[in-house]
Amino acid sequence: MSKNGRNGQITTGLCAALAVLFALISAAEAVAAGTGEPQAYPSRAVNYVIPFDAGGQSDITAQYQREGLERALGVDVVIRHQPGAGGALAWSALARGSADGYTFSGNNIPHIIIQPLVRENAGYDTDDLRPVYMFQTTPIGLAVAANSRFNTLDELIAHARANPGQITVSGSGTHSGHHLAILQLQYLSDTEFTYIPATGAAPSVTNFLGGHTQAILANSDDLVQHRNAMKILAIGTTERFHALPDVPTFIERGYDFTAGIDRGVTVARDTPEEIVRTLEAAFDAVSRDRTFVAEMQALGFEIHQKGADEFSAYIERKKEEIITALTVLGEL
Amino acid sequence: MPVVLQALVTVLHPLNLFLISIGVTAGIVVGALPGLTATMAIALLVPFTFGMSVVHALVLLGGIYCGAIYGGSYAAILINTPGTPAAIATTFDGFALARKGHAYRAIVVATIASSVGGLVGVFFLVFLSPPLARASLRFGPPEFFWLTVFGLTIIATISPKSTVKGLIGGAIGLLIGTIGISPIEGTVRYAFRTVALQNGITLIPALIGLFCLPEILDMIGTRYHRETAIPYRSQRHMLRRVWRLMIRKPWLLLRSSLIGTVIGIVPGAGANIAGLVSYNEAVRASRTPEKFGEGSIDGITASEASNNAGVAGSLVPLLTLGIPGAPPAAVLLGALLLKGMRPGAELFSVHAPVTYTFMFSLVIANIVLLPLGIMLGKAASKVVTGLPITLLAPLVFFLSVIGAFSIQNNIADVYVMLALGLVGYVGRRVGFQPGPIVLGLILGMMCEQGLVQSILIGRASGTPLAIFFTRPISIVLIALTLLSAAWPMLARIRQRRLPEAAAAHTHPIVEEKSDA
Repeated sequence: MSKNGRNGQITTGLCAALAVLFALISAAEAVAAGTGEPQAYPSRAVNYVIPFDAGGQSDITAQYQREGLERALGVDVVIRHQPGAGGALAWSALARGSADGYTFSGNNIPHIIIQPLVRENAGYDTDDLRPVYMFQTTPIGLAVAANSRFNTLDELIAHARANPGQITVSGSGTHSGHHLAILQLQYLSDTEFTYIPATGAAPSVTNFLGGHTQAILANSDDLVQHRNAMKILAIGTTERFHALPDVPTFIERGYDFTAGIDRGVTVARDTPEEIVRTLEAAFDAVSRDRTFVAEMQALGFEIHQKGADEFSAYIERKKEEIITALTVLGEL
Repeated sequence: MPVVLQALVTVLHPLNLFLISIGVTAGIVVGALPGLTATMAIALLVPFTFGMSVVHALVLLGGIYCGAIYGGSYAAILINTPGTPAAIATTFDGFALARKGHAYRAIVVATIASSVGGLVGVFFLVFLSPPLARASLRFGPPEFFWLTVFGLTIIATISPKSTVKGLIGGAIGLLIGTIGISPIEGTVRYAFRTVALQNGITLIPALIGLFCLPEILDMIGTRYHRETAIPYRSQRHMLRRVWRLMIRKPWLLLRSSLIGTVIGIVPGAGANIAGLVSYNEAVRASRTPEKFGEGSIDGITASEASNNAGVAGSLVPLLTLGIPGAPPAAVLLGALLLKGMRPGAELFSVHAPVTYTFMFSLVIANIVLLPLGIMLGKAASKVVTGLPITLLAPLVFFLSVIGAFSIQNNIADVYVMLALGLVGYVGRRVGFQPGPIVLGLILGMMCEQGLVQSILIGRASGTPLAIFFTRPISIVLIALTLLSAAWPMLARIRQRRLPEAAAAHTHPIVEEKSDA
């Protein structure tokens, strides 16, 4: 009996504590929402939404940026993960959410462009989102195992041309940057490979390292990480890639295309101009920080400092390029 | 071995011991709440480790990982809902035991099993990482396919009352798993033009819906309001008593730990199925399989030893190859990179002091887990068993909604959870268990990937079918599958000799109802 009484007290206490907590939270939100005069942006914490899983390239970059962003913006930056549907879930939520700049999201190219093209209803359109800043790229490279009989891109291509479909190439996802790269390579070299898509970069690398596929299309940071276990035959940059200076580009080898995944941030389309500029300036400050640049480069990332206008133009150009490529390749 | 000694001294530094204990405690709390997973616990804590040194950050995160996987057993035992997906198999016997008034005893079993399993896993991590990681790479798409087929035979074990209903449940799970963008071709299936369904049915909301909501509805529907959901009995010297019981079956503990380590090492399989596979093997090896599902401490041991062994297992490919074996390990990989530590050979040369300190911290984490777990477990079982249903049911419901939402910050997941909750409740009334449905959901995706990738690879080599039947690990898995599929028949023959035991052979939830 006495035990029940004590438990009763505990639970009543607990309930009271919960009630107080909720009251405080809602009060704080009411204050934060600022029902009165519009305050200078940002006046409260901002949400940095990562459309992919924790631990991936977008997440790692955001974790690096957080401190610098907080310094530049003067408020807390909360990193949230909203993975799913190749990023489309987060982007459709952003497109439909309020355009106040308090929520911005990672912007990954080509994903953000391809999905509305190939899917009946991706929940957003690339134009629903306003690009703010582009800070890094992981170029995509083609590699074979360290003990492979192929030593150059030409040898691999020659074999693939003689034996259509016999060479298996691991990559991450369908309608992804890797998929686009293999389609372009096949088209330009008039060959046929068998593309083996995995559900992410990690399982794709696992399939390749285990010898289950003969080649891999991988992001530069994975190439840098596993470079001792592979021969990297070519990379999708225009110039030689800083972290892998011995690797030729596809262009050098006569296949005129680049391949990579570009990362930046984006807000809802109707976000006020000043807010976009404030965010742009904050990301610019972070992306010009020397330690940030050095550390990201060491991990195998290529750093960019593309502001909102340059980034918008870049996306427009990419979009046309991708539409042309997909149309030619019969994917659209 | 000065590096190893130095690491040992570092890990025993009071501050590190303190951080490990904090990590384990925080992990247990997060893991115990349904919907808050180990992955999330680590992801939430990564920003806080920014200002810390590498060693402090890693020992803290390692402690959280161990604690969270173990903490999942609390919710499994006390409210019949796996706190993390790794604890699915713990619900089968854990909750049955709690319903008999032995919640604390069940938690003590889970604690000892987790601690032992964790230590076995760390042993392999410390001494055999490089060869094991290389071996794990031989596990390709065909092996994944066969592993999932083998996994599906577990349905027979976890639905002894009606194998047919178990199989139907498994099929429903497989079908639910096909909703959304397909893993390989990227085609949208059964999304009905809605954006929310394109992402498919996420495991955690499904888990909460199928396990937790029916339990809440049952609590409200079948028992008196003032009553508590489960009775509570305390015994003196619980730890010693339980330990004596468990040590009588050292092979069970060891086998479960080994299964957990091996499955943990295979990248992509993860702790989620380690517990289930280990449970399945425990039932098949047992001389009294009919006791499983009714509160057998062997069932809890099998599940918990295995899932905690999987923690260290998932770190084997992470540290040696840079390939995360499980989602929490993927977040740890991010944390390592942020600290400028690139997994692979460098970790064992340049960063060896830190790496070994991290590994030893896992030893400590699994040791402090014992007293911390017993203390927290006693408190948790007292609180939950002490709460009247009028408070417990709304509180658990509240946590369910929060858990389903927070996994992807997505309100659609809450609707999925509620819808599957109704499915689970109705299903339960007509004799369908959540276990097989969830198993089908987990394995369906993996199975499809393995199958389609294998077919693609097989076609490229010119012999499409050979790839499924000519690889050594595949052949072992096929043999295990056949053995496992035939087991219910073998068991029936065995039971025919003991007709009474067969009559008493019921499943936990069915038994609960006769109790109520």
